[in-house]
Amino acid sequence: MASETGIGASVRRTEDARFITGTGRYTDDINLPGQTFCVFVRSPHARATIKSIDTSAALSTPGVVAAFVGADLAKDEIGDLPCGWLVKSKDGSDMVAPPHPPIATDHVNYVGEPYALVIGESVQAAKNGAEAVVAEFETQTPVLDVATATQNDQIHESVASNRSYDWELGDKAATDAAFENAAHITSIDIVNNRLIPNAIEPRAALGSYDAASETYTLHTTSQNPHLERLVLAAFVNIAPEAKLHVVSPDVGGGFGSKIFVYAEETAVIWASAKVGRPVKWTAERVESFLADAHGRDHVTHAELALSDEGDFLGLRVKTIANMGAYLSTFASSVPTYLYGTLMAGQYKTPAIYVEVQAVFTNTAPVDAYRGAGRPEATYVVERIVETAARELNIDATELRRRNFIRPEDFPYETPVALTYDTGNYAASLDKALEYANYSGFASRKAQSEADGKRRGLGFSCYIEACGLAPSQVALSLGAGVGLFESAEVRVDVTGSVTVMTGAHSHGQGHETTFAQLVSDKLGIPFENVSVVHGDTRRSDYGLGTYGSRSIAVGGSAISKATDKIVTKAKKIAAHMLDSEEDQVSFDDGIFTIPDSNESLTFGEVAFSAYVPGNFPLDELEPGLSEKAFYDPANFTYPAGTHICEVEIDSETGTTSIVSFVAVDDFGNVINPMIVEGQVHGGLAQGIGQALLEHGIYDSDGQLVSGSYMDYTMPRADDLPDFIVDTTSTPCTHNPLGVKGCGEAGAIGATAAVMNAITDALGVKELPMPATSETVWRAIQGG
Amino acid sequence: MYSFQYHRAASVEEARELHATSDEAAYLAGGMTLIPTLKQRLADVDDVIDLGGVESLKGVMTSGTSMKVGGMAVHNEVAANATIDALRHLASGIGDPQVRNRGTIGGSIANNDPAADYPAAVLGLNATVHTNERTIGADDFFTGMFDTALGDGEIVTGVEFPMPSRAAYVKFPNPASRYAVVGVMVSETNGNVRVAVTGAGTCVFRVAAMEDALSSDFSAGSIGDVSVDSSSFNSDIHASAEYRAHLVGVMAQRAVSQIS
Repeated sequence: MASETGIGASVRRTEDARFITGTGRYTDDINLPGQTFCVFVRSPHARATIKSIDTSAALSTPGVVAAFVGADLAKDEIGDLPCGWLVKSKDGSDMVAPPHPPIATDHVNYVGEPYALVIGESVQAAKNGAEAVVAEFETQTPVLDVATATQNDQIHESVASNRSYDWELGDKAATDAAFENAAHITSIDIVNNRLIPNAIEPRAALGSYDAASETYTLHTTSQNPHLERLVLAAFVNIAPEAKLHVVSPDVGGGFGSKIFVYAEETAVIWASAKVGRPVKWTAERVESFLADAHGRDHVTHAELALSDEGDFLGLRVKTIANMGAYLSTFASSVPTYLYGTLMAGQYKTPAIYVEVQAVFTNTAPVDAYRGAGRPEATYVVERIVETAARELNIDATELRRRNFIRPEDFPYETPVALTYDTGNYAASLDKALEYANYSGFASRKAQSEADGKRRGLGFSCYIEACGLAPSQVALSLGAGVGLFESAEVRVDVTGSVTVMTGAHSHGQGHETTFAQLVSDKLGIPFENVSVVHGDTRRSDYGLGTYGSRSIAVGGSAISKATDKIVTKAKKIAAHMLDSEEDQVSFDDGIFTIPDSNESLTFGEVAFSAYVPGNFPLDELEPGLSEKAFYDPANFTYPAGTHICEVEIDSETGTTSIVSFVAVDDFGNVINPMIVEGQVHGGLAQGIGQALLEHGIYDSDGQLVSGSYMDYTMPRADDLPDFIVDTTSTPCTHNPLGVKGCGEAGAIGATAAVMNAITDALGVKELPMPATSETVWRAIQGG
Repeated sequence: MYSFQYHRAASVEEARELHATSDEAAYLAGGMTLIPTLKQRLADVDDVIDLGGVESLKGVMTSGTSMKVGGMAVHNEVAANATIDALRHLASGIGDPQVRNRGTIGGSIANNDPAADYPAAVLGLNATVHTNERTIGADDFFTGMFDTALGDGEIVTGVEFPMPSRAAYVKFPNPASRYAVVGVMVSETNGNVRVAVTGAGTCVFRVAAMEDALSSDFSAGSIGDVSVDSSSFNSDIHASAEYRAHLVGVMAQRAVSQIS
């Protein structure tokens, strides 16, 4: 149906009406009878031994209902928070995951780690109680520096050298050999700055326990409610999955930070049975800064070996990745399988060797944040490629072109464990260069210089592995869960359709995109399709939304279930038309048979399915509802070119982005407007990392950038009007030919910005964020 | 937020009376600092006395020789008043629209945040601060970080700015908070030049060397070589003292360039 609402149409997001009129239903909007309020008591120290905790004064505070410490959870055999991806070290040993009790018992290891919780009749009462909790600490010097963490004091008794694992990927011998034969070696040192996710809606949890049915219900801000349920049931021992109902209603942004199973919802759901009343916690912004999982935070040395002509011969990457104080839910996978595997980029580098040490520090746990590993990989590859071009005095686009994997090379097996299915990297680059008016850059630069300013241009030809993930591959690499997606398409009696998906929308617009997909495939009005998500009792077990997987995996599952609906509907139509199933055609909502004027609408068939007057019941069941589980055969590989042009105020060092072009290959696109919106948001975060955002701890381990007074979020006036377009090589292995678009902006943008700034300044390296002072110092010559 | 008693005063006298009878009171002007401080439990007061109902503190009045801004006039009122363009510009750059619709000049200068914009206007334009008890000259008003000449319970009723013959304010905003990392007000009024700097130090201050240089030659070039002593400057994650000192020079020259 090439309609105004079908596949390829920029349908306005139906969910936005409620979001922008304040009628959304977020976790904190939900209130249950008898509800109490929970406040967590958080460590003021980065590293300390807990000598004692006294909650007696808290318990006698007016309005306080209960107060608990970690030992109370331990008594109920509440388990530790697990890390769900087992990474192995070079020597074959398993990564070391230190115990991570939801509520600290003996030690606190970062500022903001909860060590007690107080439950009150109101937030105020609970806060008063929290202030009355008396804890005695013996503080130790915190371990904060990533680069030297392995040589520093041991944080966890079980983790020697503060190292979780020392991982490798690729052929070391072949890579070393490539370097021996190299005509030129470019090396760079990179710090990938720590970021704090900052979803607009802070995390929240509302736990309740129904003693009659012995069932727990947790409303929470999760990107993956089924995973939340699985972990709370199987690892934390709250209750069997069947007695645990997790609902993620409207969720205001996640960027990865709401994938993970945190201390707070664990404690809240447990406490709801202890106090026999619903317990609610909603994070204040400062808690989001302190206790949401942070992102990035790598220290890397990388070397690229090239021939005289500029052919890439080999790439060596050595990274130390900060895990923070504990291994968060998927932390171990981020700097390994979502990072090392991307080091081929868009290039035919024949030999690649990546080593990653994951280390602990006395900082908040670090885990997946928009792009998760792939921005860090892109930053390494695209910074070193651009640097090599400058060192060899080869045009940066020509050097890339020379090394691109070409369309005829697909499927292309990289030296770092991935097989790219399709792509056309030169097509994106060509289109982006046109938008960027590359040929006019020299004169624009001259004009800036005449005005006393500096101008630079930077490229980033990124690739990402999305559509997480083929379960077999993920499981073989240590994942603790399969990564398929579920869907159910339920046709109602009157022909409207309810779609249940295991994907979760927290800003992505699934209610619109998925409805477009189903209405297009069934030839029914867009308005007649409702999408339901975020409820473990309504959708089949699904894996949620992250890793740009919703359309590629979730959408494919919906497509598959919709195909099953068509198959069943054809059977019903054949019966109604007194024909054979294989004679029935279905197009644009109409069932027809050859050589006949008779036809049936989708609605007529749906009605018949539920009013089966004369169905041959041994051959044809009533009803029209189908399920599908889709497990992808491969990752998808969105790729593209970002070009950033900056102008720098030489006196203050302030960088202005004067132009930003993003041409992305997302394969087929269901809703171009939503895709563009996703790119815009990603670019803002990618540019934010390069110019503005920085999670900073001081030498005592206090989070200095712990509020919006100090943590610089990108704002509209920091950003130019983006020029965004797409090219398309449809994915070859999913039914929709889609690749996913949620992370591309954040993955590609950062390197483009830093390449532009270093170009303008004529320096090789510059730390991120490139604040005005950082740039000014570079202009001063250090 | 700790519990407190809320009062809405109808007059300056009533506000003053309420304050006098309280053990620990805070006036609520726009609340742009007080409310977040209370919410984070960083302040604990018995009584909050809202000045929002005091009509005499509101509004902006202009005469041929001066502009008097009521203590409770919000930033957007000043931002909409073209009488003194540098002041209009300064007010229009404070915070964001929400802040400008709530925040007041009286609250700002009574709080005397070292990175606030208004202290640079008051000192740089040589304004007179009117209180319920007296008038205080700009040079005497700002006494230190978050400290002013105001006595306990004294209320800023208005700020009177003399009409400058020329003035400009240029600010280097903190990228996160949009407070001033460095903000410089340069003015000439009745032949007297003033250069006032906010953001750089613990309290707004004048730069005598720049004022002297500009008095003899009002051009950006004349202050190009003036360096400021950064030994007591603020240094934080946004800007080192050295960078702030550099920015004082750049912002001052840019201000001068606008009006010379």
